Amino acid sequence: MSGIINVSLNRRDFLKTGMVIGGGLILGFSLNDSLSEAAIQSSVPFIPNAFIHIGTDDTVTFIVNHSEMGQGVYTSLPMLVNEELQADWNKIKVEAAPVDPAYNHTEWGIQGTGGSTSVRSEWQRLMKAGATGRAMLIAAAADIWKVDPASCRAEKGFVIHDETTRKLSYGQLAEKASQLKPPLDVPLKGEKDYKIIGKSMKRLDTPEKINGKAIFGIDVRIPGMLTAVVAHPPVFGGRVKSFSDEKAKAVPGVKTVVQIESGVAVVADSFWSAQLGADTLEVVWDEGSLADLSTNEMRKQYAALAKKPGTIARKEGMLPYEVLEKAAKNITAEYEVPYLAHATMEPLNCLVDLRDDSCEIWTGTQFQTNDRDAAARVAGLKPEQVRLHTTLLGGGFGRRANPQSDFVVEAVHVAKAVKKPVKVIWTRENDMKGGYYRPMWYDRIAAGLDEKGNLIAWHHTIVGQSIIVGTAFEQMLVMHGIDETSVEGAKDIPYEIPNILVDLHSPKIGIPVQWWRSVGHSHTAFVVESFVDEVAHAAGKDPYEFRRKLLTEQKRYLGALDLAAQKAGWGKQLPKGHGMGIAVHKSFGSYIAQAAEVSVSQAGEVRVHKVVCAIDCGRIVNPDTIVAQMESGIVFGLSAALYGAITFKDGRVEQSNFHDYPILRMNEMPKVEVHIMPSQEPPGGVGEPGVPPIAPAVANAVFNATGIRLRKLPMKPEALKEAMVKV
Amino acid sequence: MISLEVNKKKFEVDVSSETPLLWVIREAIGLTGTKYGCGRALCGACTVHVDGEPVRSCITPVSSAAGKKITTIEGLSADLSHPLQKAWIEEDVPQCGYCHSGQLMQAAALLKKNPEPRDADIDNVMSGNLCRCGTYQRIRKAIHRAAEMMSGGGKE
Repeated sequence: MSGIINVSLNRRDFLKTGMVIGGGLILGFSLNDSLSEAAIQSSVPFIPNAFIHIGTDDTVTFIVNHSEMGQGVYTSLPMLVNEELQADWNKIKVEAAPVDPAYNHTEWGIQGTGGSTSVRSEWQRLMKAGATGRAMLIAAAADIWKVDPASCRAEKGFVIHDETTRKLSYGQLAEKASQLKPPLDVPLKGEKDYKIIGKSMKRLDTPEKINGKAIFGIDVRIPGMLTAVVAHPPVFGGRVKSFSDEKAKAVPGVKTVVQIESGVAVVADSFWSAQLGADTLEVVWDEGSLADLSTNEMRKQYAALAKKPGTIARKEGMLPYEVLEKAAKNITAEYEVPYLAHATMEPLNCLVDLRDDSCEIWTGTQFQTNDRDAAARVAGLKPEQVRLHTTLLGGGFGRRANPQSDFVVEAVHVAKAVKKPVKVIWTRENDMKGGYYRPMWYDRIAAGLDEKGNLIAWHHTIVGQSIIVGTAFEQMLVMHGIDETSVEGAKDIPYEIPNILVDLHSPKIGIPVQWWRSVGHSHTAFVVESFVDEVAHAAGKDPYEFRRKLLTEQKRYLGALDLAAQKAGWGKQLPKGHGMGIAVHKSFGSYIAQAAEVSVSQAGEVRVHKVVCAIDCGRIVNPDTIVAQMESGIVFGLSAALYGAITFKDGRVEQSNFHDYPILRMNEMPKVEVHIMPSQEPPGGVGEPGVPPIAPAVANAVFNATGIRLRKLPMKPEALKEAMVKV
Repeated sequence: MISLEVNKKKFEVDVSSETPLLWVIREAIGLTGTKYGCGRALCGACTVHVDGEPVRSCITPVSSAAGKKITTIEGLSADLSHPLQKAWIEEDVPQCGYCHSGQLMQAAALLKKNPEPRDADIDNVMSGNLCRCGTYQRIRKAIHRAAEMMSGGGKE
């Protein structure tokens, strides 16, 4: 039986031992290093590299350095290792990596999960890790048998010598193998020999997730632990002026109330007491400079900005507005999308055990190095004195990769004030109102057509907060005043247009913003793919055919678009009142087209009946994971398109829980059909790219069904009903 | 002291009578499979059975469950032998997994009452259980599959 070890004492003890005896055994251990003498002499079984641990009892543990938040890395990454290692898949265990440079992201220089990069970035490294391990096990067996290693093979956890029908298990070989030097360069299998990659392997973490045993951050318990709920300022940037904790302290179970940077923490022996205590706190807040903020005012400011020239992100050919003046036909439209909360099913939480010379943290995070270092700064410790355990994540969607490590920093502050192990749990309301939202965006976009209906000019002005400016990633992701994540999917539109201008305004608002599943693409795909549809109709052309003509040089876009159109039966007779829309978008290395079939009720409610999704994500590792992530991205994007909005009034977030920030429910689930294109290209991402095309596909379908163009998300029934009455 | 019977075991818990059953199960008894999602019966992550009926434990005062038979996800089956668990594995349903304790308990209650649910029945009963990862299509398939397993030989 496979299993996930979430919080493993063995691993920790081993690491401690490793650090003591080897210094560099795991820490800083790279694949080309040879094992240190100390490691060879230790009782530790076979650890060919930081990712594999083979016990003398035949257990094979893969140490996974990417966080499992639903996207399936605790299965897909072991698949990469095991394609080469050839251990018995049914005996594989998976363990979350500790924080260590050996586990840094191959491109980021820190340990973390995001950008739909797990498989893409680990593809080569993990296959090499597996191949190295296998080569050493084979060398160990060959040495025992005194045969040529080339005459041995590995299969399902055994090294086999066919000529003499001898075999030894990996466990039997572990000790011997651990005495060998890892080979410097091991050739990898050819694709034709793949046994695991390309097959739909069942997720290794399912059993624990259906019997109550899976441990998420919120589930970790340690002796003497208290639970805290923090009252946050009602307005971002607000501060505590004064507070009375008399009533809170009278709540049975409440142990103490402490003021911290981010608010007032009520600490109790149970969550319920802490929450009751927090509810009865009387805090006087200094609400700060955002106390008058409202979404309506912001919209006016953004709309005004959208008419002014911004910082140029892309310019090709002549200035479009000069072309537009002379165009046979020109179209201008304004689009708007709101702030969005990640709303992971598991609210944010973090458990901290802070001692004089150490700090131990348990949390579901996507940003290990960042969080550990931030915790060390708050605790006044060195990073190596902080041990961070990554649990399973009850959803991440980017929220658990916070550049400020907000939910970790806050918990360390509470632990520091309380001097006891404490788990801070965010109530759903705290989580919903706590910020780090997908930014609100406002776009003005114009296009010009010549007499023949050819698209000759495109001018897209984007207005919205930068999520990168002011973070440690500014140097990497902000170039010439352009936050790349603000314009991704807009500045790189694939359509062949001779005159293009994309410019950007990044107003500083002070609302905490962050990457939200598919980041900038979550907004740009909606605007670009809706507007292309508008332009197609203005040109009197079929929106699918119109796109095709502009994509003749873009084979992968075209491939996905054609497949989606074909599988959806583009142009077929639909039931009365139904409409079909299509959109194609590339993000995170994958090309995806989606065709949505919808109907609209008289009350203006959009019902999505079916979504056909075609994806070209390069080489396929786990087909069923790709399908699952497309289904997931579509639902995530639909929730946002139909319902999602965080709005402000008097500086306050107006939403608080799932009644006013609804997400899609079972009865609204469309039939989703996913078609994967075979490809020899390097792997693309799948966690995020399913999200961007769905909103425009649905909006285009609504237009097809009703003749009404939705340029504002979410698709409010009232607005649609009003428009339908006018039509 | 309040007496509870959870997964056929008896517990005496020292909590105030209005404490939600969810937190008693998670903190006092220590069974963390039942999840907190919203605290207001909006998401279904906390679903358990009380005398066989699915309830949202986050808004159920512990006192109202005293003396009744409470079943949590840990009590659905010890060895993954419940047809729903088997179907969940076969359809590879969970992603992040956080909501699935609640999904399974809700689905188990559905199948007990209605061993052959149609899609509309599933919609009616399962729409109170949110899944942010969007596994609804698989949940639906898995419920049908479990129903087939049960009709073709009952619970194994």
